[in-house]
Amino acid sequence: MLNTSRPCQPQSGGFSFENSRRNAVLEGNLSELGYSSPKARKTGTTIAGIVFKDGVILGADTRATDDMVVADKNCMKIHYIAPNIYCCGAGVAADAEVTTQMMSSNVELHSLSTGRPPLVVTVTRQLKQMLFRYQGHIGSSLIVGGVDVTGAHLYSVYPHGSYDKLPFLTMGSGAGPAISIFEDRFRPNMELEDAKQLVRDAIVAGIFCDLGSGSNVDLCIITQAGVQYLRAYDQPAQKGKKEGQYKYKPGTTAVLTKTVTPLPLDIVDESVQLMDTQ
Amino acid sequence: ICDFLCIKNTRGLRSQLKDSVPVTGLGTQIGAYGVQDTLRSGFSSVKNELLPSHALELSEKNFQLNQDKMNFSTLRNIQGLHAPLKLQMEYRAARQIQRLPFLQSSHLALDTLKGNDESISFEDILNDPAQSEMMGEPHIMVEYKLGLM
Repeated sequence: MLNTSRPCQPQSGGFSFENSRRNAVLEGNLSELGYSSPKARKTGTTIAGIVFKDGVILGADTRATDDMVVADKNCMKIHYIAPNIYCCGAGVAADAEVTTQMMSSNVELHSLSTGRPPLVVTVTRQLKQMLFRYQGHIGSSLIVGGVDVTGAHLYSVYPHGSYDKLPFLTMGSGAGPAISIFEDRFRPNMELEDAKQLVRDAIVAGIFCDLGSGSNVDLCIITQAGVQYLRAYDQPAQKGKKEGQYKYKPGTTAVLTKTVTPLPLDIVDESVQLMDTQ
Repeated sequence: ICDFLCIKNTRGLRSQLKDSVPVTGLGTQIGAYGVQDTLRSGFSSVKNELLPSHALELSEKNFQLNQDKMNFSTLRNIQGLHAPLKLQMEYRAARQIQRLPFLQSSHLALDTLKGNDESISFEDILNDPAQSEMMGEPHIMVEYKLGLM
């Protein structure tokens, strides 16, 4: 039924636009009645990356939002691309997930065919070419970082296909607060502990100053020696412990008056049953 | 010969539409006497034929063809006319290795030549033709392929 427009040619894979006209009509009808169509779940994120003395540190919060409701309190936003390359994803959650998985597969195939470990530029180039091809309809903004044979690199890729290469980057809805922390305290060639503290502070700024980010801070430290993925490195948003007991002691309230109303009951039926007590 | 090198990409979708392969695809099938074939392809509307329903529909339809054109013209500029000619001859030969149109063919030779066996894109993940619920009508598809229809 759907394929009558092209009955003679064999079907091809990829995106199918058959229903887009119907969807536009349905959305028009819904908005006339005052409802709105369901939106894709965004991550409403703070993600950040920094280049330090020995490599790259990527940081992310862990909240996924569905408009104004928290959909997932502990999701993973730092995705694996290659053993030495990781990628943080912001924007529409499904798009970021599928994009990073496809990049991971492509990079693996590419490195098998060249026989060399992958470079961070390869990932960035493939990402930006793919995102530009779809003209921003794939709504995923990504920070790609890793250490390869040429050194430590950090790139950010925007949904329409542009990219930046910088020593520190933030993206997502909480990018503003996070970049302010970076702009204030970043220095080139920081030590590991200072850099970890800086990224943690930037993500915490995003968590407290942006409604779309929250829960824990995840860190991923990539160096020549290897990768350290610190899930829930810090949990700044935990509920506080109550200091004391807030219940009232019995007898706190004084009794002023007491009224007793007896309920008259008539005996209607009386029967005796002997119980076997052996 | 037109030069499709990447300078043109900065102008966006409009330029691609102008230089790209012309699309007759949005229109319906033309039957006998040059009139739209209602029996085979259903009712038509002018809006459906003129405007794409999604911003990406036209560009996605032409994407592979445009990429190939760009690559062939670059190859011609670098290595001379023989390079794209030889490649296109091999593609034509590999394209003939397939089953009847309504059956699923793997296109293994063609994919290997084009380099599609080393990359994964949405064509491989979404809408896999091998998993589709509908099969094409065998007689019509073979007639179309042989040019009898």
